[in-house]
Amino acid sequence: MQRMMNSVGNKMETKGLNLYYKNFQALFNVSLPVREHRVTALIGPSGCGKSTFLRTLNRMNDVIEGTRIEGEVLLDGNNIYAPGVDPVALRKKVGMVFQRPNPFPMSIFDNIAYGPRIHGIKNKETLAEIVEKSLQAAALWDEVKDRLHKSALGLSGGQQQRLVLARVLAVEPEVILMDEPASALDPISTAKLEDLIHQLKNNYTIVIVTHNMQQAARISDYTGFFLNGEMIEYDYTNNIFTAPRDKRTEDYITGRFG
Amino acid sequence: MNWKFFCDRAGRGLTLFCAALVIVLTVSIIYFISSKGLATFFTNGISLREFLLSDQWAPDRAAVDGGPLVGAKAFIAGSVLVSLLAVGVSAPLGIIVAVFIVEIAPGWGQRVLQPAVELLAGIPSVVYGYIGLSLLVPLIRTYLGGGGFSLLAGFLVLSVMILPTIISVSTDSIRALPVEWKHASYALGSTRWQTIRMVLVPAARSGLITAVVLGMARAFGEALAVQMVIGNTREIPTSILSPMMTLTSAITMDMGATVMGTTWNNALWSMGLLLLLMSLCFILIIRVVVRRGAVQ
Repeated sequence: MQRMMNSVGNKMETKGLNLYYKNFQALFNVSLPVREHRVTALIGPSGCGKSTFLRTLNRMNDVIEGTRIEGEVLLDGNNIYAPGVDPVALRKKVGMVFQRPNPFPMSIFDNIAYGPRIHGIKNKETLAEIVEKSLQAAALWDEVKDRLHKSALGLSGGQQQRLVLARVLAVEPEVILMDEPASALDPISTAKLEDLIHQLKNNYTIVIVTHNMQQAARISDYTGFFLNGEMIEYDYTNNIFTAPRDKRTEDYITGRFG
Repeated sequence: MNWKFFCDRAGRGLTLFCAALVIVLTVSIIYFISSKGLATFFTNGISLREFLLSDQWAPDRAAVDGGPLVGAKAFIAGSVLVSLLAVGVSAPLGIIVAVFIVEIAPGWGQRVLQPAVELLAGIPSVVYGYIGLSLLVPLIRTYLGGGGFSLLAGFLVLSVMILPTIISVSTDSIRALPVEWKHASYALGSTRWQTIRMVLVPAARSGLITAVVLGMARAFGEALAVQMVIGNTREIPTSILSPMMTLTSAITMDMGATVMGTTWNNALWSMGLLLLLMSLCFILIIRVVVRRGAVQ
């Protein structure tokens, strides 16, 4: 445990993180490492703060009025909440896939090209290359290559979620956050997405929130268990599911509550 | 036959009757305007070409002198010009204000700006005209020259009058967008401005076009306020400071002076018919735009 918690190989790390919505405290003293090129799963019952925690990692909570943070969130050792840090630049490095697929009401091409375009790429060939590469990486290219200029809203839910992932990949982030990305998908689409996550960890650091424990067990290397805004236990996924140290973790993974 | 059954039948009958009444009303108004408006061409023998393309307006000239002349081109041009310019001012302004209300300052915007806009919508048009007449016209006369009664005064008054329509329809359409799009855009590292310009405004496009067309329709049909500030000369305006006339003001100016059944009177109805056809066009445009937006 001690070896795991040291900061070598940590892409991100939170230290003593408290989060408040106005007067309501949603996170209590959360300290959690995110290992580079590994998949970290966050599990716990609904409302336990795992999604809120995820959104602190790219400062998406900033969008909600009345949110206040204490403690540190480090990316490559630098506090992303330090004064002078630009959340816009941060989110280019830390991408996010949401619970419900949310493609923009534009063509498939424009969806993927959106990120590169806002970051200043104008050259058409470069954009076309990025679009193809990102769709390839998201295992969607073969399904959509003949309809790149059709609306993205015409895709199935599973395709939309891979499109959204491709859109994130197109801005070449270092970390990808996923907020229950498979919760709105059918089993086959879910399996495809899980395969994809497995491949992506070679190049990216991934943090995934899920309330599907089998999913966490299948795809993650490390797991953090959240309950009522606290991080109860963090360990190798294998340990969490076979030999949890905390009684509450054991109760949760054996299905006694949640 | 029990009481419940009777109520059911009666309620059905009543709604059917009301619906039928509205249809009959609409059809008969259209029929009346059309029969009067078309009489200019069929009974009085004025060619459509003359009516639309001639700017000679002398409806009381005797037949021996080559009259009556009922070319409405100056009024048509006047209406089109004043409406387009008004929309040219109000569309960008209104859309920007709507973005401000929904995206930039939702709290303050909704508490203060939205009621202000609603108030603006409730001011009667004669009051707008009166303000234009006593404030705008003298200002233009003093600082820009001319008589003050002008195309400029007309479209400025109009642009304020159609602003509430454009703002409220735009606000609704931007507010109706799923919040997920905004979050997705932020999560990709866009600034608020990029999100507004590249995601939200394009996504709300059909609603925004509807807002602008509705504003245009309102501008085209407005009579009173415009009439009070444009000077009402029967000529095509040559500059932004020239006086002018619109279809609606031509009708209100002349209608008291004519006798039913004369060419003059019928020509006024033709203008009314033209206004009706224009609003029909606006409605069709909105339908097409909304349907396209829905398909997307």
